[in-house]
Amino acid sequence: MVLFIVAIGALYASPNLYGEDPAVQISGLRGIETNAATLDVVKAKLDESKISYASIEMEGGQILARFKDTEQQLRARDLLDESIGDEYSVALNLTPATPEWLATLGGTPMKLGLDLSGGVSFLMEVNMKEAINKAQESLVDDFRTGLRGEKIRYRSVKQVDDAIAVKFRNIEDLDQAESFLEKQNQSLLFVSDEDSLTLTARMTEQKLKETREYALQQNITIIRNRVNELGVAEPLVQRQGQKHIVIELPGVQDTAKAKEILNATATIEFRLVDTDGDLGAALNGRVPGSSQLLKERNGQPVLLKKRVMLTGDHIVDAGSSFDEYSRPQVNITLDSAGGSKMSNGTKNSIGKPMATVFIEYKPTDRVDSEGNTVFEKVEEVISVATIQARLGKTFRITGAGSQAEAHNLALLLRAGALIAPIQIVEERTVGPTLGAENVQLGFQAIMMGFGLVFLFMLIYYRAFGVVANLALGANLVLIVGVMSMIPGATLTLPGMAGIVLTVGMAVDANVLIFERIREEIRAGKSVQQSIHQGYDAAFSTIIDANITTLIAALILFAVGTGPIKGFAVTLSIGILTSMFTAVVGTRTVVNAVWGGKRLDKLSI
Amino acid sequence: MQILQLKETVAFMRFRKVAVVFSLILMAASIFSLATNKLNFGLDFTGGTLIEVGFEQAADLNKIRAMMDSNGYDDAVVQLYGSSRDVVIRLATRENVKAEMLGNQVLDILQAGTGQTIDMRRIEFVGASVGDELAEQGGLAMLTALICILVYVAFRFEWRFALGSVIALFHDVLLTLGLFSVLQLEFDLTVLAAILAVIGYSLNDTIVVSDRIRENFRKVREGTPEDVINISLTQTLSRTVITSITTLLVLAALFFKGGALIHGFATALLLGVFVGTYSSVYVASSVALALGISKEDLIPEVIEKEGADQEEMRP
Repeated sequence: MVLFIVAIGALYASPNLYGEDPAVQISGLRGIETNAATLDVVKAKLDESKISYASIEMEGGQILARFKDTEQQLRARDLLDESIGDEYSVALNLTPATPEWLATLGGTPMKLGLDLSGGVSFLMEVNMKEAINKAQESLVDDFRTGLRGEKIRYRSVKQVDDAIAVKFRNIEDLDQAESFLEKQNQSLLFVSDEDSLTLTARMTEQKLKETREYALQQNITIIRNRVNELGVAEPLVQRQGQKHIVIELPGVQDTAKAKEILNATATIEFRLVDTDGDLGAALNGRVPGSSQLLKERNGQPVLLKKRVMLTGDHIVDAGSSFDEYSRPQVNITLDSAGGSKMSNGTKNSIGKPMATVFIEYKPTDRVDSEGNTVFEKVEEVISVATIQARLGKTFRITGAGSQAEAHNLALLLRAGALIAPIQIVEERTVGPTLGAENVQLGFQAIMMGFGLVFLFMLIYYRAFGVVANLALGANLVLIVGVMSMIPGATLTLPGMAGIVLTVGMAVDANVLIFERIREEIRAGKSVQQSIHQGYDAAFSTIIDANITTLIAALILFAVGTGPIKGFAVTLSIGILTSMFTAVVGTRTVVNAVWGGKRLDKLSI
Repeated sequence: MQILQLKETVAFMRFRKVAVVFSLILMAASIFSLATNKLNFGLDFTGGTLIEVGFEQAADLNKIRAMMDSNGYDDAVVQLYGSSRDVVIRLATRENVKAEMLGNQVLDILQAGTGQTIDMRRIEFVGASVGDELAEQGGLAMLTALICILVYVAFRFEWRFALGSVIALFHDVLLTLGLFSVLQLEFDLTVLAAILAVIGYSLNDTIVVSDRIRENFRKVREGTPEDVINISLTQTLSRTVITSITTLLVLAALFFKGGALIHGFATALLLGVFVGTYSSVYVASSVALALGISKEDLIPEVIEKEGADQEEMRP
């Protein structure tokens, strides 16, 4: 069984021996699918420019083209980025050159952390104060329109610290307002003060939590979307704690550009389609003064009125669902000011088409006189829909296409209304040379540490030292095997230090056992008895000692971030595998070699 | 081969009082140094920006400093890092909105000023608030670790041992921190991780000793608790020494081969292993003895048949 487990470990550790192929990874942007047709286009483009590729195939909704060398890879990237870069993200990648039979068994090499592979990691913080503030501002608006609608007279509605205060002229209005507002806003706590004729509303803890949660989730969605635009292979966007988002971009060197994209702003505008204007004439350059020619995502030109009916900052929420004919639709909720603007804007336009325009400020390669990157305003029509009725605070857009597209549109609409600004609070960039150096240094340290312990054990325990060294080797193979098997485990530089440390500490179990055996022999017991006693007596000590170290490692894992987590991972795995190899593993070997024989002396 | 062949029991506990005084002096010195010198907190905790660049030729630090000065970064700390071509530039946090762009700006300045192709090796930017949070989290992590271990050891052994081992851990952590403070070595996240690893290591040692003390209290019929502890320490001494040697061997490998980034980590562990080895012999058992550990405390416990559960694990 020991052999079997070590063999499995070795099998899953083996993908790490194979190198990596340079590759280009192509995935669709903004809901565009990559399919067999795209594959043909890519193939044709590559053949046309006589770029030879090793293989090209669909893998998990993406196209992966492998190349023989990096030169071909770079040429292919530039070519593809130029030709289809608008619709697809074209990213450089290194794909493991794991042989097929291993890959089908689920064998993958270890994932390297950013400090080893090179790349940049950001920690972004969501401004929660602003998120709550915005939510309260919209409540103030809601209160005003609500009270006006109910014809309840009030003196003022104001935001006071973390509450909203409504002042009235008399007690009757106050009571009326209280019962009305309480019914409308279940998630608020109302307190009325009859002396000053003031009604104070405060968000409940639950509501505050929801608001924060929503702000965080929204930012994560938007950042994911932007990161996809960056064209990075295997990016990671993950929440961390209550208000932080971790972004890891392996292989990215141009951090300035990455930051600009992450910090870029996007908005949404609703505008009417100019149905009177002549599209044909506009295409020939005669655009009416009050209109503008824009393109839809599929390249179809649309003539839009320049006047903006509504901007995206009035959008409170957007989501996708199905209408009564189970067609996908996008539901939009506006704040009250937005609701009345929309209502006024659509009053006389029923039956006319309305366009949703997505505006993004993308950094360009140009630089202005002060050295700042020039941002280019990119406008894109993401949907054209016919106005069916006068629209109010909530409305829906149907006919946006597939469900995926509706979902995407909702996401973009929400992106136009970032409720809480975000800021980069931490950055760690590791250049490719330092990364490669770290791998080399870590590898050397592991080998040297291993070699020293190996020699020491051999000299000190002779034959039993050989057994301990076998266990140590098996332990190293198992750590690498387990690290490769666990999908979330990442190898970092401190992680490599963790492996080195486990090598030193793993022999401890064997030292405990062997010292015990020596003691028993000295006490005059027979060799077989001593071996048996040595293992038995040391066992509970080994368990206790390792469990306590494991506690420390697990706590480190729970609170640590990035590289520190990597250390905790290898340390924990190392403790577990070393217990197996040092106790069960060596016992098996010892039994096989020395078991059942009458011995007078032991080489220990 | 054997390093230690002890025929006689060493009367470790005879020097107990000396050890206690010695430890107390060292702890007081550590606290004093921590209070006056403070820890030299790294970027992870203070916040700020760090840029590491590699030059083609040996770097002229004065020239770089002048370059930084003339561009308004007069607070820049410029140092060599590992080799004469590697330079690290540290900048404090600024009231600047675009604090995260600092690193890139410095790179541009260096590129323009030296005319050499410089290799961006690493940029680290940590916002001030993040640093505070990390320091808080780190302290919390250490406290949680100590409490969890206290509970586990109290559950597995006896409260006197638990208290003894936790005091030993506290002693180790304090002395390691103290040494970092005296030597003014940079204290960053990896060092914090190393200190938690020291907790794990030192505990490992203490448990092995406590385990043997417990066993001997049951086995050895005669003798005072002090004698039993002396016997146990003598019996485990060669194991303690050998494990320390193998651990120190790998740490030496890390220290000399691991590179500049791992240096602080290896240093903390090297110091910690030394202190931990000493404390497992003296601190933990002295405390248990001082608290009045005796045979009766350990005997009534139902003696589990050691190794009984091992049968199943055998292949």
